Amino acid sequence: MAQARSRNSRLRLGIAEHATGMIASVLFLAPIVWTVLSAFKPSQEARLPPLPPWPTTGFSVENYGTLNTFGDGLWLPAQNSLYVSAMTVVFSVIVSVLAGYGFSRFRFPFKDLLFVVILSTIMIPFQSILTPIFLVLTKVGLHNTLTGLVCVYVTLQLPFSIFMMRNAFDAVPREIEEAARMDGANNFTMLLKVMLPLVWPGIVTIALFAFLGAWNEFLAALVLMTDQSKFTLPIMMTALQSGRFGAIDWGAVQAGVTVMMVPCLILFLLLQRFYIRGLMAGAVK
Amino acid sequence: MTSIAATAVPARPRKLVGAGRRQWIGLLYVAPAVALVVVFFIIPLGMTAWMSLHNWPLMGEHSYIGLDNYWAILRDTRFWNALRFTGLYTVVVTIAIFAVAFPLALFIERPRRLTGFYRTSFFMPAVIGFASASLLWSWLLNVDSGLFSPAAYDLGLTGKKFNLLATFQPAFWSIIAMVVWKVAGFTMIILMTGLQSIPTDLQEAAMIDGAGPFARFRAITLPLMRRTLALALILSVAGSILAFDQFYIILRGGPRNQTLTAVYWIFNQSFVSFKLGYGAALSMILLAILVALSTFQLWLLRKPEGVD
Repeated sequence: MAQARSRNSRLRLGIAEHATGMIASVLFLAPIVWTVLSAFKPSQEARLPPLPPWPTTGFSVENYGTLNTFGDGLWLPAQNSLYVSAMTVVFSVIVSVLAGYGFSRFRFPFKDLLFVVILSTIMIPFQSILTPIFLVLTKVGLHNTLTGLVCVYVTLQLPFSIFMMRNAFDAVPREIEEAARMDGANNFTMLLKVMLPLVWPGIVTIALFAFLGAWNEFLAALVLMTDQSKFTLPIMMTALQSGRFGAIDWGAVQAGVTVMMVPCLILFLLLQRFYIRGLMAGAVK
Repeated sequence: MTSIAATAVPARPRKLVGAGRRQWIGLLYVAPAVALVVVFFIIPLGMTAWMSLHNWPLMGEHSYIGLDNYWAILRDTRFWNALRFTGLYTVVVTIAIFAVAFPLALFIERPRRLTGFYRTSFFMPAVIGFASASLLWSWLLNVDSGLFSPAAYDLGLTGKKFNLLATFQPAFWSIIAMVVWKVAGFTMIILMTGLQSIPTDLQEAAMIDGAGPFARFRAITLPLMRRTLALALILSVAGSILAFDQFYIILRGGPRNQTLTAVYWIFNQSFVSFKLGYGAALSMILLAILVALSTFQLWLLRKPEGVD
């Protein structure tokens, strides 16, 4: 009797917990789902309040077409965003793998000082040095270029990704290197052939953070990219949403937001454990 | 992660392979990183300090004016208003984020069916950017084409469509809601790592001693989570002090410039009014605040005494 009652109450508790979990999940997912679904309404319907969120007068990709008619279209800023993000990934990986290896395996003058200086840049808000960055880019001829933006993004990634990579290299036992050295491998082939296969989870993590950071960054791109043909997606969408291209078409905004969100969501779902790993590494530091 | 940290420590003092000149090659490996940090961080940092002592228009000559920019800041009531608003926002949003994230962390920390699904859904908004989230919510908050006002009207909650973004209070709380939605999952994961690091036998021992859930939370969970809590707190505070995207995209600093944040004001001075020297001086103030905060963070995050 008592046993049955306790089982009963445990069941009820379980249901209550899952109900809470489901309601909370719906609250967190709803805005995302709402936007993605609404973007598929015909543009007439997309102007009305999104009740219900799904298209009722037929499924359409008209909003994406409309979006493409504003300014330089959808494709150019999407290409800019993709280019900047891909380059940020490539260069922040190369630079921080080299630096992580250097800091982990060599002893040279000022090593500790340099490491501390690089890490401590994370404490300084880049928002406060944007004006001089703008002037430096002008000086070196990278003013208003996507390459200039990439340089800034890579620099912003460095403290986190060098910290990650140095830890990853530190975790590789030295015996492995010594064996390879016996076989006559020099430093660089050692890094490529022996070390890289062992530290790749760290590389995936820093690549993921670099992509998300560059894809989503707003303020630096807003300040540094003054030419409309250099706009990244967030800048182009903000210009559209502020009415810079005439009356605001909310259907186009939904379509644009969808284009901005979906790559992040897919990458996160595919690489979730690398993302959480990176967060934990930062948190344990 | 702790295993990596553990192996990292003894690796240091060991004799490194090869001696003398070969070690200099290490400098070559770190050179690109150092070059980037010097060119795009250290030099701009020095320039900020230098520029703050100048009258520096975008075009034309700049001239040295000593501390005049800083004296001007003292009289710049709109900057102090922006700073006060940033402070208010930081306090409110941090409390709101913790009020949501802590229960979520406790909820997903205990293994049960569907935990993975819950954790992923709570975290989803954290991976999209602040700009995307702001654009999304600027639509949801729109009075005519959005969700909240028309839905409230249709349900008969309001007599006419209510513009959430037209007056300070509803606009401010709308932003708070958006930021909590976007950030709570992130804070939740940080707090969860802290919860998971608490040994379960401690909890069990306390349970055997008759401690209730609330007593256990206060006597075990909170003290053992001190460093994690401090980290989550600092991340939230630093992030909020630097808030810009959501106020720029959703509110444009309005209604009536009441939601201009510190970074927003610096942005306006530097890149709208093109008073680069003055913007640099404002940046130095912001920098000082953040550095003070980081120092405080290092103190909060120090290892508990007596433990490793």
